[in-house]
Amino acid sequence: MSVPYAKLPAWADYGLIPLINVVVAFAVAGLVVLLVGESPVEAFTYLIEGAFGRGQNIAYTLYYATSFIFTGLAVAVAFHGGLFNIGGEGQAYVGGLGVALVVLALDGTFPWWVNFPLAIVGAAFMGALWAFVPAYLQARRGSHIVITTIMFNFIAASLMVYLLTTVLKPAGSMSPQTRTFLDGGQLPKLNFVFDWFGASVRSSPLNISFLLALVAAFLVWILIWRTKLGYEIRTQGFSPKAARYAGIGETRIVLVTMLISGALAGMMALNPVMGDANRLQLDFVTGAGFVGIAVALMGRSHPAGIIPAAILFGVLYQGGAEIAFMMPSISRDMIIIIQGLVILFAGALEHMFRPSLQALFASISPRSGAGEAAGQKGA
Amino acid sequence: MSEAAIELVGINKSFGPVHANKNIDLNIKAGTIHGIVGENGAGKSTLMSILYGFYQADSGEIHVAGKPVAITSSNHAIALGIGMVHQHFMLVQNFTVLENIILGAEREALLSSSISKARSELKRLEKEYGLDVDPDSIIEDLPVGLQQRVEILKALYRGADILILDEPTGVLTPAEADHLFRILAQLRAEGKTVVLITHKLREIMAITDNVSVMRQGQIVATRKTAETTVEELAELMVGRRVLLHVEKGDARAGEVKLSVRNLTVVDSRGVKVVDDVSFDVRGGEIVGIAGVAGNGQSQLLETISGIRPAVSGTVMLDGRPIDVTGAADPGELRDRGLAHVPEDRHYVGLVLPFEEYENSILGYHDRPEYLNGPFLNIEAIRADAKKKISQYDIRPGNERLKTANFSGGNQQKIVLAREMEKDPGVLVIGQPTRGVDVGAIEFIHKRLIDMRDQGRAVLLVSVELDEIRSLSDRILVMFDGRVVGERSGEATEGELGLLMAGIDGKEAAE
Amino acid sequence: MDQAFVVLIQILDSTIRLSIPLMFACLAGLYSERAGVFDIGLEGKMLAAAFAGAAAAAVYGSAWIGLCFAVMVSVALALVHGFASITNRGNQIVSGVAINFIAAGTTVILGQAWFAQGGRTPSLSAETRFTGVHLPFAQELREVPIVGYIYYELISGHSMLVYLAFATVAFTWWVLFRTRFGLRLRAVGENPAAVDTAGISVTWLRYRAVICTGILCGFAGAYLSMGLGAGFVKDMTAGRGYIALAALIFAKWKPVPAMFACLLFGFLDAVSIRLQGSPLPIIGPVPTQLMQALPYILTVILLAGFIGKAIPPRAGGVPYVKER
Repeated sequence: MSVPYAKLPAWADYGLIPLINVVVAFAVAGLVVLLVGESPVEAFTYLIEGAFGRGQNIAYTLYYATSFIFTGLAVAVAFHGGLFNIGGEGQAYVGGLGVALVVLALDGTFPWWVNFPLAIVGAAFMGALWAFVPAYLQARRGSHIVITTIMFNFIAASLMVYLLTTVLKPAGSMSPQTRTFLDGGQLPKLNFVFDWFGASVRSSPLNISFLLALVAAFLVWILIWRTKLGYEIRTQGFSPKAARYAGIGETRIVLVTMLISGALAGMMALNPVMGDANRLQLDFVTGAGFVGIAVALMGRSHPAGIIPAAILFGVLYQGGAEIAFMMPSISRDMIIIIQGLVILFAGALEHMFRPSLQALFASISPRSGAGEAAGQKGA
Repeated sequence: MSEAAIELVGINKSFGPVHANKNIDLNIKAGTIHGIVGENGAGKSTLMSILYGFYQADSGEIHVAGKPVAITSSNHAIALGIGMVHQHFMLVQNFTVLENIILGAEREALLSSSISKARSELKRLEKEYGLDVDPDSIIEDLPVGLQQRVEILKALYRGADILILDEPTGVLTPAEADHLFRILAQLRAEGKTVVLITHKLREIMAITDNVSVMRQGQIVATRKTAETTVEELAELMVGRRVLLHVEKGDARAGEVKLSVRNLTVVDSRGVKVVDDVSFDVRGGEIVGIAGVAGNGQSQLLETISGIRPAVSGTVMLDGRPIDVTGAADPGELRDRGLAHVPEDRHYVGLVLPFEEYENSILGYHDRPEYLNGPFLNIEAIRADAKKKISQYDIRPGNERLKTANFSGGNQQKIVLAREMEKDPGVLVIGQPTRGVDVGAIEFIHKRLIDMRDQGRAVLLVSVELDEIRSLSDRILVMFDGRVVGERSGEATEGELGLLMAGIDGKEAAE
Repeated sequence: MDQAFVVLIQILDSTIRLSIPLMFACLAGLYSERAGVFDIGLEGKMLAAAFAGAAAAAVYGSAWIGLCFAVMVSVALALVHGFASITNRGNQIVSGVAINFIAAGTTVILGQAWFAQGGRTPSLSAETRFTGVHLPFAQELREVPIVGYIYYELISGHSMLVYLAFATVAFTWWVLFRTRFGLRLRAVGENPAAVDTAGISVTWLRYRAVICTGILCGFAGAYLSMGLGAGFVKDMTAGRGYIALAALIFAKWKPVPAMFACLLFGFLDAVSIRLQGSPLPIIGPVPTQLMQALPYILTVILLAGFIGKAIPPRAGGVPYVKER
């Protein structure tokens, strides 16, 4: 039986607790800043300035957020099915291959608006493919999906290095990357949106895949809470025994869930590959797959939480660049620490502050615990 | 002799808003067997957990052998000479008997000397109390009766003078239970004090010296066993006369709806858990399967409902076979009119974090009336859930509430409403009233009789013999995976009890 | 001497070196998982220990002080995992993943802030590393054919941490099956309620197991940066923590099979390094990337295939809650 806590109002459960967790994660990160001999307050100022200072910075922030929305959704969908997909990094990396193959073949033939949907399919397909093997091994052989997806990250890295240094590299080039895409392989930027608000953005990588990410978030919400498949995924995630009882095939759900998860992770590649760099290059994922874990946990696996969480990490990436510029001892790796701390406090320690908060709420309104009384009795 | 082994004064314990123990006063005399009876959820286990140091009381005093004590941990309880045999055995399944016995009572950091000391001590206890068990067998290979003996040995090895047994006979055959009672009598003869917690009145009458009745967290009466009757205790337990017999007319059995032939099921270790079982269930009758828990009934239910594959045998539903040895699928069986109320509603029959309306379609979620193409028709599902809530009097009547927040009885009604409302030809139901309050029991029993009277076939599995006897038109008894006998609904408890122990009544008479 | 024999001995020699971090990490995981606490954070603890060890050794000029720091930092992270998964009953996988990220980020940030060498620590001199020790008579027996050569090349000449790792295998077996602590540890991973009702604190017992994990991960990390390598390099664990976990599953949570599983992974690693760049017979040249990915691919295959049914400790991954 669960510990009989007083119930928290929904806004506290879904708003206040994640907020407290994130604030604590940042406070601890501040300690690390102190440890390297810099001022956390100053660092925070650079962070905000760097992320929001000008239209340009906001555009960059949203560009990074785009990637994190995709990977956050990928992790969240798997969570709903009771699966922990740590392979988003590798799936996104291989997803880039899907984008590149489509674009390299067609960018001279079709305009971007024909190639974009095809590239989406390519990215999703390759990402799903990279998730399929761990999913199959989990469903059929009982392999631990956490370990296999991590292994597939390493394997993806080797595979991509091999392809980029041999097959995909244009002849005579020394750098491990594909040729630059033609116009038909470049996604339109969204800079004009900032013009409406009077801010001018000279060049930023924010592109149309940001809108795709928002659409994907909405579709994930529909999928999870409004479709039969989503119902089956959630049943499997909460209680595999109940799923079996309800005639929901475990193998099918594990496979389908991971394919969707991998496809979402793979689609992340559209943003940097087709939207910004316009070529496939080494390590373009830069940890976005792992950020997705923190984003999903912070956003409580709900698209409405994932979007703000992704933007927060966008702030960290963009503002972090500013910090790294102003304070050379604080590199981008700071974000990995914050990411770890967010996963720790919003994930593993998510209930740490709950009891005291519940006690607080109980003392403010003594009736808040009464609703639970009927439920607890005789259960 | 009349000195108190344990005296409780004004014990209170609350879990959040639930007041599990209210002002408990209790005096347990040394050298006696003291029974504590009450329904599920009456607060018996909480009280004993306080005595064993698992929980601390919010207020009140505990006296052991006349001295006031504060029992802060199980360790402390053990030091005071209190031993406990839990309802779910506290044994490490892949350890030997000896390892289990010394766990927590090892004398020093290295095991070897503790083990040899324990071995000789065990021999002594065996002789003294007739508790023989091989010290080197692995627990998971032992039958439950022996596992329980290991639990008793564990307590005695720790020098327990007061032994608390929590629902000790739930997993035992009547014969094993009788053996246990002989052991308890032996313990009493040696001067030990025994506290027996149970909800079975027969056991209270058979073995105890004194009995206390608990209801809704309070002790409502304490009696000398010799001066009370089953009827009085039953009334004290529920607070009013119990409906011992369900009102029902004669069965009008029709055609065979469910036909099971030579069904055999093995578990993950390769042990036959259902062994060559054959029977029929006709429309308009309730067939009850009686048996001590763990004799294959659960697996039989799961196989018939398509959850667990069989290795051989056939099952026919309305004259058409179910592919029980291969791809039988619970969803497909539901479409063919076989509904299943599983034994475990918490993890099988319901998804507790779901809202009530989401559970109201579990297993039926692919029916066209709940869907718009691939999408859920939320409006229709909620309307349907509301209808079931009013028809089955599910409380609180809010389909948006999380299922975990409903009481056991109401959760069971959610499952029943879902499984019965599609008008199935066959209903397979396990432990329909486990952990369900009295009011809901009556309701559920009445519903089952109604189904029967509408010509449906009902297959009922329950470990509550009273329930089987009052509902069933025919009773099959399972023992060790086999159906060892069939009796009419009028069979006596004694007759069934022998069968449940694997002894054929006729053979025994000869 | 036969060339093939010399090559074989060289490969086996590097097998031993490469399997030591795995062995420490695998045994580390064994303590924790036998007690019912899953630990995917072996990787992070090892990485943090590698950094702390190399950094302290560089600053204080002593391998031993380095080792102390490695163990301390690793134990501190283990306690964070314990706090999350034992005290707060959080998700153990999530907690482990968090620790891996925290370690990955912090080592680079602090390394850069303190030493300004792009996240590396200064390279360690022989005096501040765990270098090879010569076993008695190694020199004298060197010339004895086969046996003497094996003794000199393969058995002697490793760092003291190598011998410690093998001793830890035996010690772990002894602890697990011959001591009170081991009995309780195994019990708490199977049925914590049985331990609790026997009057033993589940929490304290699991914390002790987690501390053991921390200590051994400390050794694993210290060996990486101060035995195998000569200083800390960013992400130098390279997935060894996960491979150790796979080895643990492969070994069905038993110490001696764990040793063999780690030697197997070490052997594969040694072979793939040996074969890098040189063409294979029949197959011809093999891309280096494939050779680099080989340990990860084999981990996947081993986990999926040959282990049969590995039954983890029954209470593994499940926080203990007293039932009413």
